[in-house]
Amino acid sequence: MTTTLDQRATTASPITPGADRALKNRVSIPETISHTFTMAYRGLLKIKRTPEQLFDVTLQPIIFTLMFTYIFGGAIAGDVQSYLPIIIPGILVQTVITTSIVTGTQLREDMDKGVFDRFRSLPIARIAPLSGALLADTVRYLIATTLTITMGFIMGLRPDGGPAGVVGGAVLVIACSWAISWIFAFFGVIARTASSVQGISMLVLFPLTFLSNAFVPADTMPDWLQWFVNINPVSHLVTAVRELFDAGTFGGDAWLSLLGAAVIVAVFAPLTVRAYMRKA
Amino acid sequence: MTTFTSHDTAATRGWAVEAEGLVKTFGSNRAVDGVDLRVATGTVYGVLGPNGAGKTTTISMLATLLRPDGGNARIFGHDVQRESQVVRQLIGVTGQYASVDETLSASENLYLFSRLHGLSGSASRRKSDELLEEFGLTDAAKRPLKNFSGGMRRRLDLAASLIAQPPLIFLDEPTTGLDPRTRIQMWETIRRLVSSGSTVLLTTQYLDEADQLADRIAVIDRGRVVAEGTANELKASVGESTLELRLASPGDADDVRVAIQRVLGVAATVSPEAGRITAPMNKPDLVIELLVTLRDEGIHLAEMSVQKPTLDEVFLTLTGHGVDTDDAESEASAELEGSRA
Repeated sequence: MTTTLDQRATTASPITPGADRALKNRVSIPETISHTFTMAYRGLLKIKRTPEQLFDVTLQPIIFTLMFTYIFGGAIAGDVQSYLPIIIPGILVQTVITTSIVTGTQLREDMDKGVFDRFRSLPIARIAPLSGALLADTVRYLIATTLTITMGFIMGLRPDGGPAGVVGGAVLVIACSWAISWIFAFFGVIARTASSVQGISMLVLFPLTFLSNAFVPADTMPDWLQWFVNINPVSHLVTAVRELFDAGTFGGDAWLSLLGAAVIVAVFAPLTVRAYMRKA
Repeated sequence: MTTFTSHDTAATRGWAVEAEGLVKTFGSNRAVDGVDLRVATGTVYGVLGPNGAGKTTTISMLATLLRPDGGNARIFGHDVQRESQVVRQLIGVTGQYASVDETLSASENLYLFSRLHGLSGSASRRKSDELLEEFGLTDAAKRPLKNFSGGMRRRLDLAASLIAQPPLIFLDEPTTGLDPRTRIQMWETIRRLVSSGSTVLLTTQYLDEADQLADRIAVIDRGRVVAEGTANELKASVGESTLELRLASPGDADDVRVAIQRVLGVAATVSPEAGRITAPMNKPDLVIELLVTLRDEGIHLAEMSVQKPTLDEVFLTLTGHGVDTDDAESEASAELEGSRA
């Protein structure tokens, strides 16, 4: 291109040569946070464009809450009214955690698209496409949480913990589900297809949510099962939410749940980012 | 490997891309097998090769999307592995498959990418409006991408690569699958980019595209650079064109071959069953003499045509084998899986 120099003089915005640019090889924490929020905004736009992907978080809380309360209510607690304080925290935890599986499957589908090639070629924090997607998904948890608690109210739940207890319980569930979603995000990154993510995740989650105190008190179970139920992190989370709903107290189980959530993020966030970068 | 004259521009402007012995293997398939590339700043460099030759894999390594298994590469002197984040600030990548978000609109895509490049909210909106205008997408800005044509997608994709005004732009098969009119528009856009000072590295399967756009061309086959030079140098090595003769009586084939050897001074290829003879045509002037000779010898032609060199012939000449389509396709899909899975 012998004419390059002449034309460059007349172009409105000439390209700054590579050598003249101020460049750095690291992404700062504020930039990482800003990239994460931008990616979360992308996630919200996607939800806005395809509202049908919210079916699960809107219908599941309504159907499951109605179903489980009326099936088990009489048998376990004598009547539906006295079962509500047991089942609503249980079903809340179960529903919202199940919702977090979708994070993994959607991440897998998303990563197969060309746009992730562009994300990888941009000078942004490597974690941002993942953390942003996970952050946007808290909207899904919020919807599921709100609907489950609303169903509880409609059926007659009047928690003694007051509004603060209910909000506290809701926030705790959302925070823990966000942490757990890193596990499914990891599956999402390493798996080959979205349906295999769904399969693995259900296999892990089904025993965890049902072999807990979410639906029934543990004391009628055989000893070996009680042992598992008592160490199951889901049980601790359910107990913590019940305490918050019933008495508004943020007890040992709540702290334990938060600690567990922190450990999950500390382990799975780096693992996920590493797996993501290796694929990149 | 055929190497032509050394570059003259690099000494004054420096190298935009320097790659030495790049290797990438997917399982047992050596997709890129020791590629050396040097692209001078401010030029258009074409990487020419069939599907599965390793073009996309090479670009992916240079653009920090894939980690090389061997060799090293520098972009404006910055190592792609050690200083990957610096390299990403210097490049724009437009993939073979539009790397934009299908669920979002064109303006939302550009807004998001601008934000990720560190522009403020209002600057991002201004930038995306500017780019939409420049690429003729303003009318379609709010429409979902699902309804975009192939050409519109590519334009949006290219627009997204230009947000940060990168000094080096990778274009992976920018016109594959576009109709001729859109293809020429894309060429215009690429020329405009270069005139604003960008360096462009593009891959293509089409010789004429490399010919139209690239200052220098590397021909790549089975993961190796088999030739490098300007378009003219490459074409000269294959012969400008091919002369194709169809004989009225196939029995004359041997006499014609001898005549071609004597008059044009080149070896002809005979395919006896169809009475068809092809020969490289380096000097068109001499063809008249050949025709006169044939008439004098009483040999009648059923048909005569001149064929421009095709990628196939460049390949045949440079590698000794043609473009093996089936093989190439399976390799291409393997490469794709490797780079995306």
